[in-house]
Parts: sequence; structure tokens; C-alpha cells
Amino acid sequence: MSKPLTFQELIFTLQKFWAEQGCILQQPYDVEMGAGTMSPETFLRVLGPKPFSVCYLQPSRRPADGRYGENPNRLFKHTQCQVILKPPPPNVQELYLQSLQAIGIDLRKHDLKFEEDNWESPTLGAWGIGWQVMLDGMEVTQFTYFQQCGGVDLDPISAELTFGLERLCAFLQDKESVYDIVWARDPKTGGEITYRDVRYAEEVQFSAYNFEAADVEKTWEHLRLYEAECKALIDGFPVAKKSETDASRYPMLAAFDLCLKCSHLFNLLDARGAISVTERVGVIARIRALAVGVAKSYAEQQSATANEPAVAAGKS
Amino acid sequence: MADFLLEIGLEEIPARMVDGAREELARRTQELLTRENLIDGGSATGFSTPRRISVKLSGVKASQADLKEEVTGPSTKVAYKDGVTTPAAEAFAKKVGVSVDKLTKITNAKGEYLAATVEKKGRGAADVLAELLPKEIASIYWAKNMYWRAGKPERFVRPVRWIVAKLDDKVVPLEFAGIKAGAQSEGHRVLHKGEVKIFAPADYAETLEKAKVIVSPADRKKRIEKALDAATRTIPGARWRADNALINTVVNLTEYPSVILGSFDKQFLSLPEEVLVTVMRDHQKYFAIEDAHGKLAPYFLAVLNTDGDPDGLIRHGNERVLRARFADAQFFWETDQKIPLKQRVEMLKNVTFQKDLGSYYDKAARMARLVDIGGADFDRPKHKIDRNASHEAAWLAKADLTTELVKEFTELQGVVGGLYARAQKLPPAVSDAIYDQYKPASMEDYVPRTPEAAMVALADKADSIAGMFALGMQPTGSKDPFALRRAANGIVKTIVEHGLPVDLRILFREALAGYKGSAAEKKFVKLDEYENAITAFFRERLEFYLKDVRGFAYDEVGAVLAAGSDRVTDVLTRAEAIATVRKTPDFEPISVAFKRIKNILRQAKEAGKLPAQEFSASLAAEPAEKVLADAVKNTAPRVTELRKKHDYAGALAEIAKLRPALDTFFDKVMVMVDDGKVRANRLALLSQMLRDFSTIADFSEIVTQTEK
Repeated sequence: MSKPLTFQELIFTLQKFWAEQGCILQQPYDVEMGAGTMSPETFLRVLGPKPFSVCYLQPSRRPADGRYGENPNRLFKHTQCQVILKPPPPNVQELYLQSLQAIGIDLRKHDLKFEEDNWESPTLGAWGIGWQVMLDGMEVTQFTYFQQCGGVDLDPISAELTFGLERLCAFLQDKESVYDIVWARDPKTGGEITYRDVRYAEEVQFSAYNFEAADVEKTWEHLRLYEAECKALIDGFPVAKKSETDASRYPMLAAFDLCLKCSHLFNLLDARGAISVTERVGVIARIRALAVGVAKSYAEQQSATANEPAVAAGKS
Repeated sequence: MADFLLEIGLEEIPARMVDGAREELARRTQELLTRENLIDGGSATGFSTPRRISVKLSGVKASQADLKEEVTGPSTKVAYKDGVTTPAAEAFAKKVGVSVDKLTKITNAKGEYLAATVEKKGRGAADVLAELLPKEIASIYWAKNMYWRAGKPERFVRPVRWIVAKLDDKVVPLEFAGIKAGAQSEGHRVLHKGEVKIFAPADYAETLEKAKVIVSPADRKKRIEKALDAATRTIPGARWRADNALINTVVNLTEYPSVILGSFDKQFLSLPEEVLVTVMRDHQKYFAIEDAHGKLAPYFLAVLNTDGDPDGLIRHGNERVLRARFADAQFFWETDQKIPLKQRVEMLKNVTFQKDLGSYYDKAARMARLVDIGGADFDRPKHKIDRNASHEAAWLAKADLTTELVKEFTELQGVVGGLYARAQKLPPAVSDAIYDQYKPASMEDYVPRTPEAAMVALADKADSIAGMFALGMQPTGSKDPFALRRAANGIVKTIVEHGLPVDLRILFREALAGYKGSAAEKKFVKLDEYENAITAFFRERLEFYLKDVRGFAYDEVGAVLAAGSDRVTDVLTRAEAIATVRKTPDFEPISVAFKRIKNILRQAKEAGKLPAQEFSASLAAEPAEKVLADAVKNTAPRVTELRKKHDYAGALAEIAKLRPALDTFFDKVMVMVDDGKVRANRLALLSQMLRDFSTIADFSEIVTQTEK
């Protein structure tokens, strides 16, 4: 039997597989976020009528999940492989199973179940219907048909597949701890670089920062500044959209970056234990207002302009 | 006569929805064929797996019988002019498709009309099914639906991927959700490759079994139970823990089930059983195994959706997942203990109870206040309660919401708090009260086991109900997002089973008072309606409890509740009394008499004729009137005495003894006489009777033989 895939081989293989299905390969979005769904490649692209299929990795930062590198399964930052198929081809489940085969899972030798698991993010005004895919009792993928995003009803519907790569790789390599995953193997020497070698220090230091060191007052200040700027951009769109040229160059994408910043800073303050009960509900509502505001404006901008190429999967 | 088969192929249906949908599809198909005269009796058989719901019926007619139908046309006055047919007659003939000379005449109540006998050709079964069955499919109820196709033409539980519809060997050309029916089904996702063609409905189950799909859920269930037995037998003396809900779930998660036995490290058995079982059952859908003494054994059973695990890979994978889960739980269990519950109470200030009702810290404070008030009231010999313990438990009850273990396994809230309290050496009265605070979870569940636990559970539920009602967020129709009905049912069951002397009106007045001075108060609306709303809400709950749970007749329940519903224990005692006394011969006539009294008083009131302040013996002219007045006078104190002793059956028996005097009264005495003084006096006697003798039950609510 051949050796199971290393972490980086797993990435190549999944990307190659989905590229062959007609997905464009996008790079991770370079703003902190809690989940791949929040990337504009998903959150904004699922809006509007244009077909779009994409596969990308997204480092997902969840400050409260940090464990100083001590827990074998919990990470402050984990890597999601995110696939969006808009619209989903009728054989989308079949394609998904093929992707598992592609990374070396012989389905004939394993137990696979699709168990109901609907996804919802009140902060993003988004929800979908789907499953958690269970392989030998472990959740390997979240499979969702998006129904609404940013408070906007979707048509066409997009299918979203989210693979948690650390967990999947630990399964493939049969490791008890994600830190023992082989990240890369030197082709000449066969020497192994583990996940621990690559990421352990980051987990320790960011846990320390998120839980202990982050300056609460300054973080609040950052949140306020980003929010104000995001809000100003959202509020400016109704005027700009009256002119077609101004509408298409209006920086809603930048507004969304600012919204992501706010979301991450909120998570950071939350991990820091700096958000009281009364504040919490209010801040969530504020961020939701930003996300929904951007989504609505972006959807309008899309219907007003048609300058983006369509990327559709499953056409081979 | 033909067999009909319909199979709707879907992406995986949520396990919890499969059974209902399968039964509904079978019922709808059968009803459609019956309605369309395509079947005489016979019954539909439903099948289902996660990927399909199907129905099979025998005895379907090839087509409907032809029908002759008489159609009425225009009046002959319009149809003929001077003996010649008019365009109106010709238009009618054209519409019904017969020539003018074939038209006949009929006379009905309105006059003479043209008529025609029309032959309605029966339609073929395939035709009817193709037209009407898609509408039935679209009407199936799903708890949650989705869109998947562009343009969003339909909603359904999950995308439809294939449809098989066959009338014997012929395909029924129906279409649903853009899928045309054919003969192609699908086998097991992994175990079967290649096409699966259904030749005839009769071969359905057999054909799919070859494709590694067992379409009968009952067969899968048997297979799973047998496999669970077989796997357990390998461990001497062991038994798998029966769990009906779990069995039904795994039946609906598998198309071709088998079972593996896995094990876990004995060291995890040091964790509380509640935690281990929750991880296995709720999170992994595993069956737990116990040893000969009923103690949890370090094994589990997993039901697979495949035919086996020859290499042990699946067992290995499942054990690995469980190990990680248990290790997490163990880690949480140990780290959570570093901050004892008492210190966690302060942390509750950061946990929202409800956005307008403040934090769980606020709630804990209100609960402690409420158990103190209740405790002072109940601390009598009959209801001995450790008031310090209930006070402490109320404060600590919600502290487990700040623990990692509860954040991970939310369904264990309360239980975890109780376990931690025990581990932290708090008195058993405190830890038990924390443990049982959410009990009962349903009408079948047990109530909090100790008086202290009952107090804490009541305070918790009453506080939630009071707050939500004050916000104007009471349940309406099918909407009850905070499960307040369940909470109220729990209150009723707890009060009854502990025999607590709780007065709901006082409990809820105090529960509302707990919010006094808080920020929540500013959000409260329509407080003047609060008390009535609570009373009406609990009357419904009591009705449900007495009728559906305790099996009292609905009129007995009505009679008892009409006499007051605030003291739950008392309501039940009165209901029991009435059910006992009802069997005695005088009871029914007394009910009739009380109805009569009520009617007379109502009619008198409507006519503006009011009773006197008090009955006066000197105004009683008729002997029968005096006899009744004396009987009432003698009975009333006896009834009061018995009622005080809660001997309701005795009191009711006393009231029943009034029957001869009442009968004679109604025989001999006319109430509504012209003499105003005499009339008012008689009305006073009757209204006094109604007042004095309706405190246990309102007899007029009882449905008597004559009314049935």
C-alpha cells in the first residue's frame, strides 16, 4: 500500500481534483476570518445570477478555540478547503465521493453516511440545508446547499463543500494528534516535516495573544474604526449607484474587507472575555448589519453591472 | 388489475423525517386512487431508505369505468323560438358534443330545460396518475424544505434525483421536480455499481436487495437488532442497552446495515456514565453495552451503512473518533473542576438568559428569591424541605453553563452541574436539586426527585414563563420557540407528583415580582393582562394533563376547572372525587338539577329579575321550598367541613343527598312567579345553592345521559 498523502499532497490532490471539475483555483483570502464561508469568494459570489465555481483554501481563525498547542484536535487556526459550485451539477454528491476516492479513501472499505446538518450563521444573515458527511463516525465534510446569504434569497442555489484539512489528514495518516501529521516529506532524503514543526509556535503565541495579551481598549478602538469606515461605504452606495459608471467602481469589496475585520476583532474580544452580556447581543447585531448591508449593495451592484466572467463547473 | 409502484429517489433525507413522509406518500397515493375510482380497497405498502421513499399497491384498475351523466342545458323557453332551435340550443349541443336532435328535455322545480346524456369515458390509470400524483408528491409535509433548481420552481426536503413509476411493466409518464419517471432505480452508493432496472412492481424489494438496498425499514430494523445481539454475544454476560429512538434513527440512516463492536480504554469508565452515554448515543449514534450487573462496559456498537468491516478499518476509525471525544470530555471534566461552581456564579453575568430578561446571574438571583418564598410556605411537617439546600441549589443551578463540558455537550446541562456539585462535596440535597432542575423533560420523564429539586425546578420554569409572558411572548398556535408549554406541563406534573400546596396565582405573581427594578421591566407589555393570560395558559395545560395524561372524562375536567384551577393538587383531588361520585345514582340527577338552576338564574338575569340579597324563610310559602331551604341550610356547613378536610368525595355525596328535596322543589314550586318578593326569594335560594355547592366542581358542566 502506498503511503497516505502528506498535508501538502492532500492540498494538491484536492485542488487538482476540483480544478478538473471546472473550478477555478483561488488563493486564500488575505484577511483574518473564522470560516471559509466568510471569504468574498463564497459570501459575495453566491449572490446574483452568475454561475461561479471555485476551490480555495482558507486558514480559519477562531481565537476562542486556541489551546496553546496542547489539545490534539483543537486549533486557533485550522485550514479549510472550500468548494463552491454555483449552480450545483445534478451529480454533485457523486463528484464529492470521487474527491474522497481521489485523496486515497477506498469507499468500499469504509462507512459513509450523510447525516442532516443545516448550517446557519445569524451574523452573516446566511443559512443553508445539508449534511455533515460521516466517515467511520468522523465528520469529514460539511455539505450545504445555500438558501440565503446576507439576508438575500439566492437563485441559483450554490453547493458548498467544506473539508477540514487537519482532521481529514489526521484520518488519512491515522494520527491521534493533528500536530503529528506529516506536512511534507523530503523527496531526496525522505525526511518528514510535521504539522508541529510548521505551526506549533503559532498556536502557542496566538493563544497567548488572544487570551492574555490583546489590548482590550485598543481592540475595541480598532473595531470602532473599521465599523465606521465600513458603514460609511455602505451608506454612500445609494448615491453612487444612480450613475452606472460610479456604481461599478464603488468599493463594496473594500467595505466587505472592513466587515471581516470587525468580525475577527469581535471574536478576539470575545476570546479575551471582554464582551459583557449586554454588549454581546448589540455587537453581533452591528456586525450583522454590516454583512447584510454589504451583501444587499453588492447584489444590486451585480445586477447593475455585468463585467465579470462566469466560471461554471461540471461542463467537461 | 395491475400493481403500481412509485419510488422517489432523493439525496439523503434527514433520518427524523423519513417515517412520516413514507406513510404520507402511501396514504396520499391510496387516497388518490380511491378518489379516482381506480382501486377497490386494498392497502398501500410504503418503503423507505435514506435515499428513497416508495409506495406499492395492488389491484389497480387499468382505467376508470365509463360514466353516463345527464347535463342540464338552457331553459326550453330560450332554446326554442316558434318550435325552432335557437343558437342557445345549438351552443349547448356543441358544448356537450351531441347533435341537436339527440337533446332531451327534463322538468325540474324551476321549469323545463334541455338536457343531454353525456358519456364520460373513463381515463386510463397511467393517465390519471401522471396528471395527479405529482401534486400529491408536492404536498408531502417536511419539517424543513429547500430549493435547488435555478428559478426555484419547487421546494422539497432534498433534491430529487430519480423517479420510478410503474404500472406492471409499463412506465407511468409522470414528472416531478424536472425528473421524468422511468424504470431506473439506484442501488447502494458504494456496494453496488451499474444500473438497477425495476421490471415490475412485484420485483421491487427483491431487485433492490440484489443492489444492496433493503427497502423495508422493518426488515432493516430486524437485521440491525439481530446484528446487535450477535455482536454483543461475543462478550460474556453483556447486553446492549435498548434505545428505541436510536434504533429508528440508524434504520433511517442505512440502506444495507451491519454492526461492528468496538471498545474503548477502561480508564474512561472513571468519567460519569451520563457523559459517556451522551457522547456515544447523541454524538456518535452508538449503542452502549452494559455488563451483567447493569454497569457500563468499555465497548460500543456502531451500525454501519455497509456490509461489513473485514479489515477492521471501520472499527479502528470509530474507536479513534470515540477516543478523541472521550479524551476531550475527560480534559473538560478535569479542567472544569479547577473553578468550583460557587466561583462560576459570578461568571454567569456574562451569559445571556434571554436578550430582554438579562443574564443567567440575574435569573439565578430570582430563582433563589422564589425558592425562599416557596420554601417558607411549604416548610410544614408534610412537606419537609431543606431551605438552605434549595436556596444554594437555586444559586448554583445555572453555573454549569460556564463549563467547557456543557458548552461541548449542551444536552447535559443540569446533569453536569449536579455531577460537579457532588464531586465538589456539596450536600446531596444541593447536588440532586441541580441535577434534576430540568426535569421532567416530557410527560413520560420523571419529576425532580426531592422536594428541594422540585422547588428549584418550579422556580426555574416559573421564572421563564413569567418573564416571557410579561414580554408578551407567550406561545401562540404551533409557535412555542421557548418550549413554555413543556415547561408548564412540567410544573403541573411536578406539583401533582409531589403533592405540593402551590397556588399558581401566587407563584406567578411572585415570579413576576422577581423582575421588579430590573432592566427587563422596561420591556414588559400589557401587565394588566398578565394574570389572566397565565391562568388561561395553565387551564389549558391542566386540561391536557387531566384528560390526556390522567384519563379523566372531558366534562369532569370542565366541571372541576370551572370551580378553580389555581391549586393544582386540589384540582386533581377534586377530579378524583368527581370521578368516584359520578358512579352513584344521585349524581346525574343532581347535575341535571344544577343545570336547571343555572338556566333559571341566567334567564332571570336576562329578564332583569334579580335574586334577593338573602333567602328569607318567612317568605317561603310552599312546603317544598321550606324543605329545600332546610336541607341546604343543613348541608352547607357539612359540605364546608368536609371540603376543609379535602374529603371532596364525601362533600359531593352530601350535595347529592339534596336530590329528593330538589326534585320535589322543581315539581311543586314555580320560581318565576309574578310576586316580585317571592320570586326574588326563590332566586336567592337557588343562587345560594349554586354558590355554596359549586366550589368543588361546576355540576352544570357534566354531560348527562339525556344530553348524549
